Amino acid sequence: MINFQYARASDVADAVRMIATDPAAKFIAGGTNLIDLMKEDVERPSRLIDISRLPLKNVEETADGGLRIGALVPNSDLAYHPLVAQRYPMLGSAILAGASQQLRNMASTGGNLLQRTRCYYFYDTATPCNKREPGSGCSARNGLNRMHAILGTSESCIATHPSDMCVALAALDATVHVAGPGGERAIAFTDFYRLPGDTPARDTNLHPGELVTAVELPARGFAKNYTYLKIRDRLSYAFALVSVAAALELDGDTIKQARLALGGVAHKPWRDTSAEAALRGKTASLATFTQAADLVLRDAKGFAHNAFKIELARKGIVRALTQAAQGTPQSQSDKKIR
Amino acid sequence: MALARKRATDESIQVPDKIALSLIVNGVERQLEVAPWTTLLDALRDHLDLTGTKKGCDHGQCGACTVLVDGRRINSCLTLAVMKDGAEVTTIEGLATDGALHPLQQAFIDHDAFQCGYCTPGQICSALGLIAEGNAKTADEIRELMSGNICRCGAYPNIVAAILQAMGRS
Repeated sequence: MINFQYARASDVADAVRMIATDPAAKFIAGGTNLIDLMKEDVERPSRLIDISRLPLKNVEETADGGLRIGALVPNSDLAYHPLVAQRYPMLGSAILAGASQQLRNMASTGGNLLQRTRCYYFYDTATPCNKREPGSGCSARNGLNRMHAILGTSESCIATHPSDMCVALAALDATVHVAGPGGERAIAFTDFYRLPGDTPARDTNLHPGELVTAVELPARGFAKNYTYLKIRDRLSYAFALVSVAAALELDGDTIKQARLALGGVAHKPWRDTSAEAALRGKTASLATFTQAADLVLRDAKGFAHNAFKIELARKGIVRALTQAAQGTPQSQSDKKIR
Repeated sequence: MALARKRATDESIQVPDKIALSLIVNGVERQLEVAPWTTLLDALRDHLDLTGTKKGCDHGQCGACTVLVDGRRINSCLTLAVMKDGAEVTTIEGLATDGALHPLQQAFIDHDAFQCGYCTPGQICSALGLIAEGNAKTADEIRELMSGNICRCGAYPNIVAAILQAMGRS
C-alpha cells in the first residue's frame, strides 16, 4: 500500500466537510474491498476518512411500512435481522449468497453498494483498463472474459457489478439516501448505477463527495414467493456467473406482481421492468417464465469466453421464477438447485 | 507495460506520523504506535509478536488471518489497526486457559482436523465465531458458514467433525 493519511469523522456533516477539502481522499467503513484495492495499487487515496463510528447502524421501520437500513449496518447483521428475515427474506438470502461470514461481518451496507468490479484487468495495473485508467483501453473485450457482462456492455468496458445484495435491493425497489456538499437527496436504486458507456470509471451517479447514509425499502417485501438463485464456479465464496432475484405476488396461478433482477451479467444489478410487466396478469407456467427470460436476454451479447452465460441466464431465470412461484426459495446452505 | 499511476491530485503526500492506539488483546491491554496502513494482522504479528495468526493470501480470500474483534470473526488482513482503537481482539493465543486447551482446539486434535496446520488458527477462530453466532445447526450449514476458511490440505470433513463435536452435536 502507498502512504496515506488517516482521519476519523465525528459525524456525517464532518465526514462530508472533510472529503470536500480533499477530493483525493476516500471514505472507509468495512474496508473489505478498498483495502484490497489499495494493496493492489488500484486505489491510491491521499487520506482515508474513517466513517465506521458514525451513528448509521440502525435498522428501523418507516412510517409507510418499509425499512430504513443505516449505511453502516454490517451485511451479516442485516442478513439475519428479524425484520429482514420476516419481511424481506430475498434480501437476507442474497446477502448470505455472497462473500464469507468474516467479510459479511466487516462489510457495510453502503460499502456493499460501492464495491468495485472484480474484473481481473481492473485489478491488474500492468494492463490497460478504462475503468481504472480512462482512455487506456479495455483488456477484457479481447482477453479473458469468462466472468464478464452480456448485457449493457460498451466498447470501453464489459465489467460486471459483483454484488449479490444489490441484486435483491434492485428487485425490491430500494432507495439510496445520501448526504453531500449539496445537502441530502434520495436516489432510486435503478438510477443509482450507470452503464459503462464511454465513462466506465464511474460506477454510480453519486456526486463527488457524497456519502451514502441509508438504504430504504418500500413495504412490499415479497416474503411468500421469492428466491435468490446464484450460479457460480464453486458452491460457496465465489462471485456469480449468473444470479437471479425473482419475486412474485400470486392470486392462485395468476401473477399479480413480479420482480426480476440479475447479477453477474452487467455493469449494474440488471433489473428488467419490461419482463416484469410481461409477467403481470399471466398464468405462472413454464411458458410464461420462458417468455420473460427471452425478453430479459433479447439484447444479450456474448464474448469469446462468456457466451455460455446467455443460456445459463435463460435457464436461471426460468428456474428462479419456478422456485418463486412454488414458494421453495433456493437454500444457501444446501446447494442443490431444485 | 506498466502504466503510470498517479493520484487524483499532484500534491505530494507527507509521511504521516505513527498513530497511538490501544487494543485489548486476549484480555490484556496493549499500547502500540503504528502507521495508518498497518493492518491488524501485521500489528498482531510484527508489533505484538503474536504470530499464531497467519498471513495466507493477505487479500481476504483464504481466512488464515481470522481473529475475533469485539466477539465477531473478521479477516485481520483487510482491517486497519488504527480503525480498531479500543477494541477487544481474540487470537488463537488467547483460547487456552491455564494450560488447558479450548474445547475447539481439543476437538481439532481429536478429529485430526489439520495436516500442515497453517490454516488452523484461522479455522479455529472462525469456528469460535461460528458457534457464537448460532446460525449453523447442520453439517451443511457449518460447511457454508466456514467457507471463508480455505484448507489447502483438504481436511474439511475432519474440520466439520471437530466443529460438530465442539458444538456438542457429534
